[in-house]
Amino acid sequence: MIKKDYIKSLLDKGTRIDGRKPDQYRDPISIEYGVSAKSAEGSARVKIGDTEVIAGVKLDLGTPYSDRPDEGTIMVNVELLPLSSPLFESGPPSIDSIELARVTDRGIRECHAIDFKKLCIKKGEKIWMVFVDIYPINADGNLFDACALAAMAAIKDARFPKLDEDNNVDYKNRTDDPLPLSKTPISCTVWKLGDKYLIDPLVDEEHAADARVTIVFIENGQICAMQKGKDSEITGKDLKAMVELAEIKQQELRKQLK
Amino acid sequence: MSKLLIENKQVVIPGDILAEGMDYLPASGTFREDDKIICSQVGLVSISGRLIKIIPLKGKYVPKKDDNVIGYVKDMTYSSWFIDVGYAYEASLTLKDATSEYIERGSNLSDYYAVGDIVLANITKVTKEKSVDLSMKGPGLRKLRGGKVIEITPYKVPRVVGKQGSMISMIKDSTGCTIFAGQNGRIWIKGDNPAQELLATRAIQLIDEKGHNPGMTEKIKQFLEKNAVKKEAKK
Amino acid sequence: MKYTERFDGRKPEELREMDAKVGVVKNAVGSAMFKIGKTVAIAAVYGPKDLFPKHLQNPKKGVLRCNYNMVAFSGAGDRVRPGPSRRSKEISMVTKNALEPALDLSPFPKTVVDVFVELIQTDAGTRCAGICAASLALADAGFKMKDLVCAVSGGVVGGMPVADVDYAEESFEGGSVDIPVAMMPRNGEITLLQLDGEVSKEDLLKAVDLAKKGCQDIYELQRKALREKYAKEETK
Repeated sequence: MIKKDYIKSLLDKGTRIDGRKPDQYRDPISIEYGVSAKSAEGSARVKIGDTEVIAGVKLDLGTPYSDRPDEGTIMVNVELLPLSSPLFESGPPSIDSIELARVTDRGIRECHAIDFKKLCIKKGEKIWMVFVDIYPINADGNLFDACALAAMAAIKDARFPKLDEDNNVDYKNRTDDPLPLSKTPISCTVWKLGDKYLIDPLVDEEHAADARVTIVFIENGQICAMQKGKDSEITGKDLKAMVELAEIKQQELRKQLK
Repeated sequence: MSKLLIENKQVVIPGDILAEGMDYLPASGTFREDDKIICSQVGLVSISGRLIKIIPLKGKYVPKKDDNVIGYVKDMTYSSWFIDVGYAYEASLTLKDATSEYIERGSNLSDYYAVGDIVLANITKVTKEKSVDLSMKGPGLRKLRGGKVIEITPYKVPRVVGKQGSMISMIKDSTGCTIFAGQNGRIWIKGDNPAQELLATRAIQLIDEKGHNPGMTEKIKQFLEKNAVKKEAKK
Repeated sequence: MKYTERFDGRKPEELREMDAKVGVVKNAVGSAMFKIGKTVAIAAVYGPKDLFPKHLQNPKKGVLRCNYNMVAFSGAGDRVRPGPSRRSKEISMVTKNALEPALDLSPFPKTVVDVFVELIQTDAGTRCAGICAASLALADAGFKMKDLVCAVSGGVVGGMPVADVDYAEESFEGGSVDIPVAMMPRNGEITLLQLDGEVSKEDLLKAVDLAKKGCQDIYELQRKALREKYAKEETK
């Protein structure tokens, strides 16, 4: 157990539990594609230090929403597997997993990372539905950034399955066609503890932190989603500093995506 | 004619046949099946005379009487504290074992130990169902202020301590940190600066990973020398 | 329809290519990955820990709890809906029953030991792969075990008794029987036995025999993976 006071005193000296600087990611960060290639249309494994997350994409046909008859849909789901941490419990989705899923979902949905119109097969009748399911395998901090990165990696890895003569999905055969991607959102979460900011926290640091802000950037530097978390307040000055830090640091994650 | 099928200090796994014949006797981590002695636990074989036992390498802490452990105060009543010592159920520390001071009736117990405090305590009793009683009366037992606690495999703690405390003394001397090792795998570290604490942490984690290696003392010595934190120049 | 040569060219007694790795989830007390063909299972063990409600506790020993789950994208076709199903609950139960005879939890009365099994990718044989991974994870967690538990299915595909039925064989039009078997190989004790399909007594016994032989191959691999992890740590 490493207490808040101790973490705070380290930050005052410009360092952290594992000797990193406050604005430093763990090393190495890695992405592996096709980890469930037999069953998922797209899949990936992301490792940031000892945190490991897998994500998979399943594609299926469905009917569009009536208010968007010519657009496909996306659904992002995160399940905090008790396999991955002694702190996660079996049972219905916890509020933490719901928040993670919704923040990851928004980051992809709101910037139209996928061109949803191109997922329409027949207006008002048939569209592609994209299901992204994300699972931590070893949860050792910073799931927000790891889940978002894994989701994008799996989406990039995905290839459409073939359709048979009746326009049904033939899961056994895949085309070479990737999903129609128009943007690549990358998420960077900045955490605040006392008057200090840090990124890529370990679990003890997450527990000690007062607040966090997840900021999602697209290639041109625009921000497409944001979430402030935990129960302490932040000031306008904090927000500015956190956005500036995130903007620089998200580039390191972006480099990892091929 | 009895026959040993393994060597002393060899790594063994459940299901390994360790010896044939009735001359050898199964001890902890082994059992007899017909005329064979079988291993039931991942570990190192230890043969002493006719006894064959396993020194475990992995597993969660199981409380034992007389162990000194590092605990976290979790809860309290008007007459006792509940302390997490790393086992499934919390241990209890009663008023009469809490301190050698006289505690007056009606005093505020959190003046002594509050929820969240870290303590070095001694296990005085373990029942069959693993209910654990603690005492804070004894040399060295106390509340640990500041610093940090890292967790290692409880079975590696003797390696961290070393023969007559040789290993832990070496780490303390070369990093200048104060270190307490609880038998429950928790190690409390406090030093003058973060770099020294990190060096002590890394050395202990190295022992945790490779603890039964011959020549470990020499390896840790080299590790500490190689990574020694440069002393700040005196003003 | 007769089945004379296996789709992937294996001999009747031959298992698919396998891989086993111990210590894949750092947070867990013990963990392992087991792969057979394209089926990949990860198992992690936590505990012993406190167990509530109290009536579930056993004052004489720890309770084993197993949870088998397929991740949503691991199925052969459609997305698997998250959360427990009748199928996953039954498999969790037979997994627990397959492992329990090997395990000694008497040193931990009133506690629970949790085994979580996740299937990341599937091509039939998932419960057996899960049991193989779980048994390694329990040994890695330092629990006392009489023996490791190995599992693989025997089967009769189009009249041919085989070991380790894959998805293509399971869906063979000329009929397919799947018989998952788990055992403790040292003494050949069977701890899991199920059957799906229609089979003669003679073929059943032949298929179970092939599964038992297959378990011996798995046993060798498991023992190597477990020994390697510790031998490496202890001598490097």
